[in-house]
Order: sequence, then C-alpha cells, then structure tokens
Amino acid sequence: MIRLQQVEKVYRTSTIETLALNNINIQIEKGEFVSVMGPSGCGKSTLLNLMGLLDEPSAGDITIDGTSVRNYSDKALARLRNQKLGFIFQSFHLINDLSVLDNVEIPLLYRSGSNAERRRLAKDALEKVGLSNRMNHFPTQLSGGQKQRVAIARAIVGRPEIILADEPTGNLDSVMGNEILDILQKLNQDGTTIVMVTHDESMAKRTHRLIRLFDGTQVL
Amino acid sequence: MFANYIKIAWKVLLRNPFYTFITLFGISLTLTVIMVLTSFIDHMIGSNYPEVNRSRSLYISFLARRDSVNTGMMRGPMTFQFLSDHVKTLKSAEKVSIFSFFSSSNAYAGSKKINLQIKYTDSEFWEIMKFDFLEGKPYSDAEIRGSQHVAVITHTLKQQYFQDKDEAAIGKTIEIEGIGYRVIGVVKGSPVTRIYTAADVYFPYTAPKSGYDQKGLNGRFVAVAMSADKQSLKAMNDEFQARISQIPPDVDGRKFTSLEVPSQTFTDIFLSTVSQMGPNGKTIFYAAVAFILLMILGLPAVNLVNVNVSRIFDRASEIAVRKAFGAPVNTLLWQFLVENIFITLIGSGIALLLTFGIISWVNASDWIAHLDLTVNLNVFLISMLVTLFFGLLSGVLPAYRMSRLKVTDALKA
Repeated sequence: MIRLQQVEKVYRTSTIETLALNNINIQIEKGEFVSVMGPSGCGKSTLLNLMGLLDEPSAGDITIDGTSVRNYSDKALARLRNQKLGFIFQSFHLINDLSVLDNVEIPLLYRSGSNAERRRLAKDALEKVGLSNRMNHFPTQLSGGQKQRVAIARAIVGRPEIILADEPTGNLDSVMGNEILDILQKLNQDGTTIVMVTHDESMAKRTHRLIRLFDGTQVL
Repeated sequence: MFANYIKIAWKVLLRNPFYTFITLFGISLTLTVIMVLTSFIDHMIGSNYPEVNRSRSLYISFLARRDSVNTGMMRGPMTFQFLSDHVKTLKSAEKVSIFSFFSSSNAYAGSKKINLQIKYTDSEFWEIMKFDFLEGKPYSDAEIRGSQHVAVITHTLKQQYFQDKDEAAIGKTIEIEGIGYRVIGVVKGSPVTRIYTAADVYFPYTAPKSGYDQKGLNGRFVAVAMSADKQSLKAMNDEFQARISQIPPDVDGRKFTSLEVPSQTFTDIFLSTVSQMGPNGKTIFYAAVAFILLMILGLPAVNLVNVNVSRIFDRASEIAVRKAFGAPVNTLLWQFLVENIFITLIGSGIALLLTFGIISWVNASDWIAHLDLTVNLNVFLISMLVTLFFGLLSGVLPAYRMSRLKVTDALKA
C-alpha cells in the first residue's frame, strides 16, 4: 500500500547538514497496524511525514498503491492526501476557533459534496468516537482525551484507507491512551491501515508489527 | 466551504480585540477618505439636482477667437443673439436653454443687506434643469415676452428676505437694485459648486440689466443643449460644430483668424483644465493623482500586510491541518483572500456609517450653501470596488506567505 525504497532525508542549513533518515526500505500492507518506535530525534516523525506526503525525500522513492509520487504536483499530492490519508497528531492540532463538528468537517471541505452530506458524515464520525453529544462544543471546552477523539473523528471522516498517527497517546494519561488505542484497533479491524509512532512499548505491543529506528536508520 | 472561511475570519477578529481594532481602524479610516472623496467627485460631475440631465447635455459656455500669430485672443460667454441663432436652432437637440452665469447683486430686508447671486434664463431652463418648486411655478414664455418683472427665488432667500417665514412668498414683491419683482416661484436652491444652475434669484432674460439685446459674438450668456438620449450627443455635437465652422472668425470686422465654440459634456468641462495642460502636463497630473491614491490606499494596505504577515504563525497549526487534510495551495490562498476581503467589508461598513456622518455634518454646516453630498449608487459601487481592490492589495502577500508555509514546520510551531 505504502512503499518506501532507499529513502533518505537530509535537512540542510547554510552551516550544517543533518541526515534524518538513511536508506529506509519499508512496505506497509493493506489492513496492517504498524507501530514505529525509537528514541527522540531518531527520525520517527520525519518518516511519518514522508509517508503522509507532507514532506519530500532527499533521495529514494515513495509509492502509494504502486504509483510513485515523485513527480506529483502540489495539487495532486493534496488530492491524494485528501482521498487516501488521515492524520492524527500528538498535540491534536484542532482549530480552536471552530466547533467540534466544524473541525471534523475539514477534510470534506476539499472534496465535492453538499453541506448537508458533510454534516451527516461528520456526525457519523463523531458518533464512532463517542462524542456525538459534544459536536457543538469548542476544543477548549474538551479534555485531552476528548480532543484526541475529535482528531480521530477528523482523520476518519473522509474514510481514508490509511491513518498516520504521530504519538496519538503521547499527551494523554494511560487510561485515556488505552481508550484511544481501542478506537484505533477497532478502526483497523474494520479495514483501515494504521501506522502509529509511539514511545510506549505497551501500545506498540498491541499492533501487528513494529518498525524500530535508531539515528535515522531502520534497525527492525 | 465559504461559510467555514467566514466563520474563521469572524473568530480571528474576536480572538484579539486590539489587533482587530487597529486593523478595522486603518481600513475604515482609509475607506472613509475614499468614500467622502468619491462623494465629492460625484457631487461635482454626476447628474445631480437640479442638473439631472447632465449625461445627455452639451454645455456651450464660451467663444474664443485668436489672431494669426496667437498674440491676441478673445474668450468668454456669448450674446443671447448668437446663441439664439446657432444653438436654439439645432435640429438634433431636444431642448436648448440660454441663460447667464450668475452675477452679484444686493437686496435689503429692512436694514439687513443680503448679498445675492442672480441669473437670467429662458423658460426652457426650467425644463432641462429639474428644480423642485416648493411654491409656485417657473415663468412662462408669455411672461418673458411681456418683459414682466417676475422672479423665481430660492427657499433660503425667501427665509432671509421675508419677515413671515412660513407664509407663502408667491405674489409678494422682492426689491432688487431698486426694481420690484413679483415672486412667482420658490425653489430648493442649487449648490454654488454647480455654477450653471446656482443662484439666489432667477429672472426672465428680458428683465432689466440682463443685456440680452447686446449685439455681436461675446456677451454674458451660455447655453445647454439637451439631446433625446446619451447616444445622440455626438450627432448634436457634430451638427453644432458644422455650424460654427461656417462662421467667419472676422464676422464682426475684427482681425481674428480662428473661431472656436466648444460644445462639451460636463465631464469634459471638468477635465478641460487637464486637457489644456499638454502631454507633459497631463502625465504629471495623472501621475500626481495616482501617487495620492497610492498614498491613501497603499500605505494602510502595506500596514495591513505587515500586521497580517506577522500574524501568520498564530495560524500555523490551522494551515498545517488544512494542508495535511488535502487543501491545495490555491484553495488556501483563496481562503485567506476571502477572509481579508470579509474584514475589509466590515471596515467598509464602518466607513459607510462614518461617511454618512461626515457628509451629513458637511451638508448641514453651511460650508457650501445647498451642498447635497450623498452616498448614491455610483458612490457606493465605486467604494465597493475600492474596498475589493484594497482587500486584494492587502491580502495577496499574507495569503501567499500563509499558503506557502511548510506543513512540517507549521506542525512544530
């Protein structure tokens, strides 16, 4: 589904060059639940950003469903992200000025469809994460766990095939963290492919497969 | 999607009241200046009371003659006779009026001296210039032919001259320069900025001292020829100029070699000062206008650009999320432009209220008598156009910078 071949990512400034990822070869299959682990600064988030087409590799190739995205325009990449990918971030990245329902609707704004249809899909997604009673609240009125559930609803509202989660439980206590993982597991059981960056071994154990990074290199 | 943009724009405004105040203060002040200026320009050149037929009228306001070496020139209004012969008889004109420019005179209300502007007109003047008659009616051809001492006065003069301000002035006598005139009409006055219609008293052209029987070419009268519609103006102009070209410049024995009687639209007259400047003068004039506009519009726009650009990072997370979930650069660019235009529109709403306040104050201040500045459809549309331009001008760069923000950087912010 997602394939990274000899991927390398180098960050350059005028004085320094940092090799964030080196010779990464990963294949994520449809329906998998994969966790990515490693110490801070080892390149986990960079890897997830590359898989999510939010950043370009310095070398190597990324293919989605067998097609290389190397020469895709900004517009084509945006369309691919909108259709196939959903993102969950550690610090939620909800828009505080919008209600929960409006936040969840965001991915649907960049597709065709009526306003009523968008509302219906957003309500469905909120129902799936158990937050249908909070749809008119604003993010600042919610707990950390609730915010992450809104973020999950936003990630799944467009029914993407792949969800990329960057430490989704990192800012939550263990009870909340487990609740979030329960939801992700349920989504995976329903057929969604999930790649999750985590620091937590117990969370990683609940996934199908573990990718371990160290200093930008894949060690497992 | 549009509602989402507006919702965000509104929330961003509420988020930081001080920033909002600074932004809206800048926008509304700028647009108020533009709206008041536009209102003034519309007042000067638009088809406004009582000159509502300006757009289909040609103004014939002077005759100029020059000698062969351009050392001698005679230029000024014309005689009644000349205009009767050459303008009144135009076949392509629907109506033609001959009248004098205003001249000064005095009247006394008891011991109080009133300075007056008087104007001599024909009866068609009242058909082309649509005055509001508050009392009575204009003088007729019969009254003009009979050289009757009648007058139409403005409501303001009525209030100044007659003791009982509420009683009708019709039939009463007003004495000007020792001659009594019977008031037959009272009109709402025309502002002094409309020199073709402004006066305090209107007399038939046959009234004493009008000089209507003067012979020759140059006198004290001008004419307005009104065509059936705007499209017929050219034909009327052509017919008139063809006639003028037939008149020998030395028709009265004077040694002139060229004769010119321009027939211009009011806007042309307004701009004739510019057109007489020559190519260099014109360039300087238009450059100066462009510079002033740029200062009025450009500086606040640059300021708004700075404020917006410096606030990009407040919204980095939102931009990152929108990009991650599939917003292309162009869509984001459009979103921020819409937001900026929305804010500018709020500013223009405030500016509109301020403009109404300012022009009501100016109109009521007696600064210019009978001034009637308005925010009519023309002023409103031009102001909206300027608003849109301002919104785009101040929004493009910040929107471009915002839309170009890298998602990975924005997520870290």
